[in-house]
Amino acid sequence: MRNRILLVLTGAFAVLITWNLKNILLNLPDEARQDAIFRILYFHAPAGMVALIGFGIGMAFSGVYLATKNLYWDTLAASTTEVSLMLGAINLVTGSIWGRQQWGVWWAWDARLTSMLVCWLIFAGYLMMRRAVEEPDTRARLSAVISVFGTVNAWFVYKVIEWTPRLQHPGPVLSFRTGGKIDHTLETPFYWMVLAYLLLGVILVMIRMRQESITREIDSLRRLAHA
Amino acid sequence: MKQEAAAKQIAPSASLRETWFSFLSQTLTIAGKDLRAEWRTKEALNASLAFSTVILVLFSFALDPNPEMLQEFSGGLLWLVFLFAGALVLNRSFAREMQNDCLDALLASPVPPAGLFLGKTLANYALLMTLEFLCLAEFGLLFNVRWLGAVGPLMLVMALGTWALTVVGTMFSALTVNLRLREVMLPVLVYPMMVPPMMAAMILTTDLLAGNALAGNMLWVRVLVGFDVIFTLLGVSLIDTVLVG
Repeated sequence: MRNRILLVLTGAFAVLITWNLKNILLNLPDEARQDAIFRILYFHAPAGMVALIGFGIGMAFSGVYLATKNLYWDTLAASTTEVSLMLGAINLVTGSIWGRQQWGVWWAWDARLTSMLVCWLIFAGYLMMRRAVEEPDTRARLSAVISVFGTVNAWFVYKVIEWTPRLQHPGPVLSFRTGGKIDHTLETPFYWMVLAYLLLGVILVMIRMRQESITREIDSLRRLAHA
Repeated sequence: MKQEAAAKQIAPSASLRETWFSFLSQTLTIAGKDLRAEWRTKEALNASLAFSTVILVLFSFALDPNPEMLQEFSGGLLWLVFLFAGALVLNRSFAREMQNDCLDALLASPVPPAGLFLGKTLANYALLMTLEFLCLAEFGLLFNVRWLGAVGPLMLVMALGTWALTVVGTMFSALTVNLRLREVMLPVLVYPMMVPPMMAAMILTTDLLAGNALAGNMLWVRVLVGFDVIFTLLGVSLIDTVLVG
């Protein structure tokens, strides 16, 4: 059943991303000031948004683990954080490339990108910590606490960094925050990309969970063989 | 009858007060124990003071401290020294309880984990504040920075910033105490978490040392207060999970 869901989701993702890429790369006009490079927006911003959402969902799973002490939720939290970290890396790399094109340097210490880098470092620490603990229950307990601390902190970083004098990023662009400044034809593909990244995230988390259950099965078989 | 009813009304609040008093006294006992242990050996204080002096000397080679540059960087330099030296103090906070299974004994004692955490945080706070005060004096001498004019607001910023560092640092000291790579994991986990309060503290300190008033920067004071309150509450409510499970 799970495999079938995974297959359907992967198919939906493949269709969505192909249609999106065609739309973004072939149909959209170039932007007046930035030419073709502006299209990186559709890869850069949605990845960051979904990564931040993923960190939040990871914290929620960690909270469920703390309430139920069921290790399934811990694995789910760790998988979600791992996938979010990957999406965060996409956001950082594409941001850096765009920055090189627009501001002339690979890393301009722009406040928004820096805040993503700080969040990235916090959750990279989370994954490093998980490798340092062998015992599954302790690992789950400690990583749940780090997840809560990290996500609350990520929210702090996100808000606080806006107030520094280093913000080179444009302000809010999407219409639900500006009241319709962006053209409709440019905005719609953005939301489709958010959906595509969300789908990709769900697919990767499901694959990661399957790997974990196989690992557990192999472990128990090994124990059985030794016994 | 009336007296009985009155006694019944008073009883719950009195027991609540007693609980609070016993919690407070347990917290202070832990803090006193840690400070006494430190006072007798002076291990952490001496090591971190020597370490911060070395860093301050190295900064002078790295940055060529002319007065204009110092004006821009003083707050940042100072708080980096506090962070580096702080990690040394915080690393030892729970690690010193590992010998002879003292941590297990502490957890088995009637002190609740929250009391243990707050006691250790208070002791670390006192140690770090002492260390920072000495560093500030040293910094003023070595780099010719006059800070006595703004000593009041500077103390407030140091008090708030240090509480942020101590409360998160002590929590993570408890969290990493049993890890294989404890000494490395603590800074790796704590430093990124310290970005919001350190940014606020650095901006405020630089501004104060440049002779500006605190009133123009109240936003950053609010950030510090907010961070302190939220993470103290998180620490107190999650320490049970970390220490006991």
